[in-house]
Amino acid sequence: MEKSPADLLASPGLSSLLKSLKLKTKQQELLIRVSILCLVYVLAFIARLFSVLRYESMIHEFDPYFNYRVTQFLTKKGFYEFWNWFDSESWYPLGRIIGGTLYPGLMVTAALIYWTLRFLRFAVHIREVCVLTAPFFAANTTLVAYFFGKELWDSGAGLVAAALIAICPGYISRSVAGSYDNEGVAIFALLLTFYLFVKAVNTGSLAWALASAFGYFYMVSAWGGYVFIINLIPLYVLVLLVTGRYSMRLYVAYNCMYVLGMLLAMQIRFVGFQHVQSGEHMAAMGVFFLMQVFYFLDWVKYLLNDPKKFHTFLRITVTSAVGLGVISLGVGTASGYISPWTGRFYSLLDPTYAKDNIPIIASVSEHQPTAWSSFMFDFHILLLLFPAGLYFCFKRLSDATIFIVMYGLTSMYFAGVMVRLILVATPAVCLISAIAVSATIKNLTQLVRAKSKPAPMGKGTTSTKASSKGTLDQSMPFQRNGAVALLLGAFYLLSRYAIHCTWVTSEAYSSPSIVLAARGAHGNRVIFDDYREAYFWLRQNTPQDAKVMSWWDYGYQITAMGNRTVIVDNNTWNNTHIATVGRAMSSYEDEAYEIMRSLDVNYVLVVFGGVTGYSSDDINKSSLVTYYAFLWMVRIGGGVFPIIKEPDYLVNGEYRVDKGAAPKMLNCLMYKLSYYRFGELTTEYGKPPGYDRARGVEIGNKDIKLEHLEEAFTTSNWIAQLFAAVVLSLSLSGN
Amino acid sequence: MFGKLLSTLLISFHLFAILCVSFSEENPTDRRVLVLLEDFAIKSSHSLFFKSLETRGFDLDFKLADDPKLALQRYGKYLYDAVILFSPTIDRFGGSIDAASLLEFVDSGHDLILAADASASELIREIAVECGVDFDEDPAALVIDHMSYAVSETEEDHTLIASDDFIQSEVILGSTKIEAPVLFKGIGHSINPANNLVLTVLSASPAAYSANPKSKLSNPPTLTGSAISLVSIVQARNNARILISGSLSMFSNRFFRSGVQKAGTTSKHEKCGNEQFLTELSKWVFHESGHLKAVNVKHHKVGEKDEPSMYRIKDDLDYSVEVYEWSGTSWEPYLADDLQVQFYMMSPYVLKTLSTDQKGLYYTSFKVPDVYGVFQFKVEYQRLGYTSLSLSKQIPVRPFRHNEYERFIPAAYPYYGASFSMMSGFFIFTMVYLYTK
Repeated sequence: MEKSPADLLASPGLSSLLKSLKLKTKQQELLIRVSILCLVYVLAFIARLFSVLRYESMIHEFDPYFNYRVTQFLTKKGFYEFWNWFDSESWYPLGRIIGGTLYPGLMVTAALIYWTLRFLRFAVHIREVCVLTAPFFAANTTLVAYFFGKELWDSGAGLVAAALIAICPGYISRSVAGSYDNEGVAIFALLLTFYLFVKAVNTGSLAWALASAFGYFYMVSAWGGYVFIINLIPLYVLVLLVTGRYSMRLYVAYNCMYVLGMLLAMQIRFVGFQHVQSGEHMAAMGVFFLMQVFYFLDWVKYLLNDPKKFHTFLRITVTSAVGLGVISLGVGTASGYISPWTGRFYSLLDPTYAKDNIPIIASVSEHQPTAWSSFMFDFHILLLLFPAGLYFCFKRLSDATIFIVMYGLTSMYFAGVMVRLILVATPAVCLISAIAVSATIKNLTQLVRAKSKPAPMGKGTTSTKASSKGTLDQSMPFQRNGAVALLLGAFYLLSRYAIHCTWVTSEAYSSPSIVLAARGAHGNRVIFDDYREAYFWLRQNTPQDAKVMSWWDYGYQITAMGNRTVIVDNNTWNNTHIATVGRAMSSYEDEAYEIMRSLDVNYVLVVFGGVTGYSSDDINKSSLVTYYAFLWMVRIGGGVFPIIKEPDYLVNGEYRVDKGAAPKMLNCLMYKLSYYRFGELTTEYGKPPGYDRARGVEIGNKDIKLEHLEEAFTTSNWIAQLFAAVVLSLSLSGN
Repeated sequence: MFGKLLSTLLISFHLFAILCVSFSEENPTDRRVLVLLEDFAIKSSHSLFFKSLETRGFDLDFKLADDPKLALQRYGKYLYDAVILFSPTIDRFGGSIDAASLLEFVDSGHDLILAADASASELIREIAVECGVDFDEDPAALVIDHMSYAVSETEEDHTLIASDDFIQSEVILGSTKIEAPVLFKGIGHSINPANNLVLTVLSASPAAYSANPKSKLSNPPTLTGSAISLVSIVQARNNARILISGSLSMFSNRFFRSGVQKAGTTSKHEKCGNEQFLTELSKWVFHESGHLKAVNVKHHKVGEKDEPSMYRIKDDLDYSVEVYEWSGTSWEPYLADDLQVQFYMMSPYVLKTLSTDQKGLYYTSFKVPDVYGVFQFKVEYQRLGYTSLSLSKQIPVRPFRHNEYERFIPAAYPYYGASFSMMSGFFIFTMVYLYTK
């Protein structure tokens, strides 16, 4: 799988075959390069198809269902309807303006692909397009990685980078077939923007800067992670300014990219005026003005021609410019014109911030700090190659390598803060590692070839330095053998990487999480398709305007698959509304019933894994890895309604569901719904009835009676349970 | 040939059945009434009451309360529209009827008349408690009133009460005022204060108390004064109606026919108020009066005819609903000036009183508030004695589309000017810079 150029050049069979075709060296090299790229392109695509082979062509997880639903709407109703879509089925009764609260890039991309295919008379279903969008863009990313690597180092590094990124688990985790999420196209857009910007800085060309502005526009339209770009690029420019690398090329590239990129980004409704009004975007603006000051100073220096005068002038200008900037920022913030940083942004800079202040952000497992093991899992040998690559970058410092070093370091930090940001770091890590791999292998092969062919390879401009080093060291004994051994070692490592990536992709990242798979007693695969069973039941058996209450994780799926109105969903824009649901779930049944009535709830959906041993269900205890945890409902509910107190649900700070559980815990709605009629059921041989397999305890409240709700439907493995709220329940009782 | 005839007959029979059903849906008054008696003697001793029902078109089905073949429903359908329980001391019903099935019967929207008496059984008490009425716990207790008892030759212990403390409602008690006091002899009850569906229609006088008349009072009685209800009604949330009386004898022919003179007054009435009172109450319980219906809820934009699937913020809309009242035989326009509509999303954003054309049509028009979301047109109308009207119709309200905003805002003219002057200035500057040397 792993193919580096040196590998192919070294293999005598292939080169003799090529010789027989009588191509010139340059042509041969081009042919090899193109064919490797093609192979990598195909590889990147097919490595992501495990999920389709294992399960079926389906949309995965949570957010992709929303994206899929929106794309369906877009292809059916057209762009303007989509742009103005007011969705009354989510966030009942508030509704959601879909067009103004999403990043439309992904949907528009998929719709364009769909329309193109339709125009070419391919009768594809929109679902297939959506399922395959992420692999397609991942394949495109390899091309960008190649060009980026070429721009940073040489075409060899580009090829290695393309190959590394094609199968890197950190990227595959978000781009397998069916993972129809913003990140799928956003990483492509991110890398493209960076590549075009670096190209613009290297060439000083307006055209490349314009291209990078459009790349930025695409990124803004696709993912909220664009904030990373609009902060990293100014930071990079600032570093160049400080290190005295200011040049006209940089001036052209940055100004054009910033001004046009900003204007283009404003066309996205969701982003709007944030570029001039939000604290997160102020760094870019500050650097923009700083750039003008620099340019002005340059001009004055040229005019004055007197270092002493200029020095005085410099001091005055810089002081007043900085002062002006600080004052305007202060006035803007104080007057409310510039919005302060958002919680998510803060939690990036201060990892403990979300935990203390915004439970809703902290409750998402993707937002947890990264464990070391997941770095190893997602990067494997790249983790070791990364520092080596940094070394090479520092050794041959240029504007481009400074950029990739900064990208690598900042994104690594963010990857450490939040699990999901490993994704952003992956391209940088791949590129920097590719530099390490490529540079090392090139040096080694030159050593190996130095004896047989003393003349340096007339291949590229970049290899001269390395080859000269190769000849210098010729005095050392066993050099050649050592080089061969090292080469073999490198190939061993790379092949381990390929094996690891394939294994991770097939085992860990190709599960759609809407269909669960487990190993049965005899090693056979058992499929739990309970989610879809419940959603289709909703679709077929409930009135069209029924409202379903569930924890927000399932909101998108219910609207997309069940086609029913939900109270809250994964677009967590209204904390109070979510807190209301959290309060209902953690209250006693009659209080909860009042809340449900005020929200016109007809059905309640509860996810429960006590029968199957599926531990990420609603009642689960809150640990760092699972996120459908009940205690988060309590916390989020309690954050808005202080009547809900977390200690009420704990016994001595411990979360229990068995006999020793807190009385409030045993009688809250979520507990009652989860364990309704569970006390009658024997789940495991040799255990008492009501034995919860997910938590490994016998439940504490087996005799659960529901007053205001009745069981409507329970799926075959009890994973999803639906309860109908009896509207006129107890028509005789008072209040 | 014969088979064809039979099938035609069958079809016509089915059609007839369907017609009957559709008729009864239009007609809220109950038709089929099950009367559960302790013994058949009650049928003759209370015949005046039953006759008044039969003459009003009810189909009474008399059964003994412990008849083993009793059943309220067959094949999941109720056989009766209402039940009259004239069996105060029964411990167990026969057949498949029990307290739970009776309550379920009410829960599914059917009506009930329950008459208890002194020494009412646990079963009857249990049903009453579920309806929000607590009978005096002492089984031998009767309501005693030494001030406003009915003057009589036979009764000396003042347990025959003449009460005229009625609920003030023309809907429940009819438009003609009940002149004569109502005779009552039986057990008193109190109303569960947590239950706001129960209403006292006849209460005891402030001097009354509930105790065993045969024994000496050792403790102060638990139920005293006008807190004692003699007859109560319940209108459940589903508009099922229940009448609970502490006396079975007040329905009897003897009471119906007897005259009354309240102690301490000189006016002697030839006939007591029982017949009028109970007839009017039974009309109310069996939905011959006080039944409202709302039909033809319509809303549309001003100037349009069709109901839209969605409004936009700041749209002007018309809302109308027709409300009729059942007179016992036909639907008459309901006349009121206090019907209100809410435009509601978690809380009412618009609350308007509806105007009426006196022919049953209620209408209004208003502007949709500048808030988007899923709204409801809500009419919540609860008036004493009337069935509650609770209409809600869901309608989403969307914000402006991108092309529905104003194209040019006067306040922005300086900005338009700025950008165009900038453009032309840049153009001129380029020209000058490039072509002058």
